[in-house]
Amino acid sequence: MTPPEPVQAVKQRRDRALASLVSAVPYAQFLGIYFERHGDELTAILPYDEKLIGNPLLPAIHGGVIASFLEVAAIIELSWTTIWPDLEAGRVTPEDMAQNLPRLPKTIDFTVDFLRSGLPRDGYARARVNRSGRRYASVHVEAWQDNRARLFAQATGHFLMPQPG
Amino acid sequence: MNAQNFINALPFAKALEMRLDSIGEGRAEISMPWDARFVGDPVTGVIHGGAVSALMDTCGGAAVLSYPGATTTATIDLRIDYMRAASPGARIVARADCYHVTRNVAFVRATAHDGGDTPVAMATGAFTFAAREETA
Repeated sequence: MTPPEPVQAVKQRRDRALASLVSAVPYAQFLGIYFERHGDELTAILPYDEKLIGNPLLPAIHGGVIASFLEVAAIIELSWTTIWPDLEAGRVTPEDMAQNLPRLPKTIDFTVDFLRSGLPRDGYARARVNRSGRRYASVHVEAWQDNRARLFAQATGHFLMPQPG
Repeated sequence: MNAQNFINALPFAKALEMRLDSIGEGRAEISMPWDARFVGDPVTGVIHGGAVSALMDTCGGAAVLSYPGATTTATIDLRIDYMRAASPGARIVARADCYHVTRNVAFVRATAHDGGDTPVAMATGAFTFAAREETA
């Protein structure tokens, strides 16, 4: 019987796979977005930066930044949940992913609900894949700043899945 | 406020190198260059949908602010349909029209073009509307 894979090796493999997925998106880097992972659960983080401001008088984060943050969180979550089974089964390695970037889902439509103005603080977002078929997927995203229970934005998007081959 | 000051007053619009091409009477046209930093899919070089959303949101907000009597605005909701990928390298031009205004809400439609025959994206949004106090 083979011994179980050491926990550090498992974490490293998952983190490297996630990093190669996120670092492949230039616009996510431009906004400064990064992800924290607990098991398969992802939290997107948008660190506050002056360039993200849309209303200097309040000041408030630009609505376009909020929409972008939610869309990045949705696409990464959707890709991550798609890759996860292959990653865990060893059919895909982080090295494969770094060499051959995974094709990303394409956004069909995206609807953002702006609930409160974005304060000059860090933002957090979690996405949930409500439906994922061979061709289409539906994803819901929630974003908050100081209080998890007081969302400052939420969104629903539909995506066209990358086709194999 | 002149057109470029409007963009310069919005740090994120400036970060995306937006340019206000025309504005007035509840309509606005704002464009954004292609830039490697704004790419969403490095395999195709296509601009991220979020950057197009930011352009549409800015353009919608500008259209509302140019509506006669408008003071401030904020986006209530914005829906974007991504009809096709924008051509890598092409400038994206958004046009927004504030087609209906009530006492508190402005309804906006917007389209984004990249020079091709069909729009790359279309958006509909609701924005808050606050009119100047009448001094009669």
